[in-house]
Amino acid sequence: MARIIVVTSGKGGVGKTTSSAAISMGLALRGHKTAIIDFDVGLRNLDLIMGCERRVVYDLVNVINGEATLNQALIKDKRCENLFILPASQTRDKDALSIEGVGKILEDLAKDYEYIVCDSPAGIERGATLAMYFADDAFVVTNPEVSSVRDSDRMLGILSSKSRRAENGEEPIKEYLLLTRYNPERVELGEMLSVEDVQEILSLQLLGIVPESKSILTASNSGTPVILDEESDAGQAYSDIVARYLGEDKPQRFIKKEKKGLLQKLFGGKS
Amino acid sequence: MSLLDYFRSRKSKTASVAKQRLQVLVAHERASRNQPSYLPTMQQELLAVIRKYVTVDDDAISVNFEQNGNQETLELNIVFPEDGH
Repeated sequence: MARIIVVTSGKGGVGKTTSSAAISMGLALRGHKTAIIDFDVGLRNLDLIMGCERRVVYDLVNVINGEATLNQALIKDKRCENLFILPASQTRDKDALSIEGVGKILEDLAKDYEYIVCDSPAGIERGATLAMYFADDAFVVTNPEVSSVRDSDRMLGILSSKSRRAENGEEPIKEYLLLTRYNPERVELGEMLSVEDVQEILSLQLLGIVPESKSILTASNSGTPVILDEESDAGQAYSDIVARYLGEDKPQRFIKKEKKGLLQKLFGGKS
Repeated sequence: MSLLDYFRSRKSKTASVAKQRLQVLVAHERASRNQPSYLPTMQQELLAVIRKYVTVDDDAISVNFEQNGNQETLELNIVFPEDGH
């Protein structure tokens, strides 16, 4: 039986697709057969982040409408044989997604896959609500910034009331916090909400902190999930996150700024 | 952190302001999240009925919904103007 994960946030630009791509690759690298679905119908971008934009033939809406089979639409990742990508459609039809259609796709995928990662669009429109409706686990991606924290809290409200689990009176969706674009130096200066602040407000289990990192942009430039950049801080942060999700005990990192030498302290340096 | 940053850090800590604002806002939004969806309409209709008899301001009426376990309480509060009769 597959576990369905939704990566959500409410606010746009906080790192949902980056996180979805990294985490699904991480799960696949650990030997779990994983499918990742882009729910951002009309504004497809997961294909670019995964580096498979030129291999898209059919998409999510084609499968829902019966114009293609699931196997025709799924793109097999070239770096990891356990990872498959289902791209979103570029249609402007807002009603292209149906709850029955999405339910059927997830049900079919669940027969073959261990993890299904649903990359939610921003906002609270149909794509976002359908991405979370069938979820077992929710990764709430949040930046240490007021509007992101507020929107995350709003998504928690929707997760707990408008999901299949809530409607059937089952055990609620397990919610985890992913704090991204974290800058320990600014936190130390009192310019940025700390991880404790955000946890206190949202009362969520912290799955991990992803530091603000140059490696995110270089990874997306080349269509490589950042987790494959093992040297980078962000890549390591996502590896830790996947490990913790799978039940490994990994202490939190990237909370404190790195110690610098005396010269760097006096004159500043690259951060 | 450079020497310059050291002096800059003496300025007010905006993160704590952010935290306080969020705590107030989130508490308020969570309270209204659990309210039934008919509440705002009901508030408007109640106001219309009261206005047939008394002149009251828009903010003179407050409707609060509270839930404690199985018990739901609807609290209606109307402030009459002092010279409203």
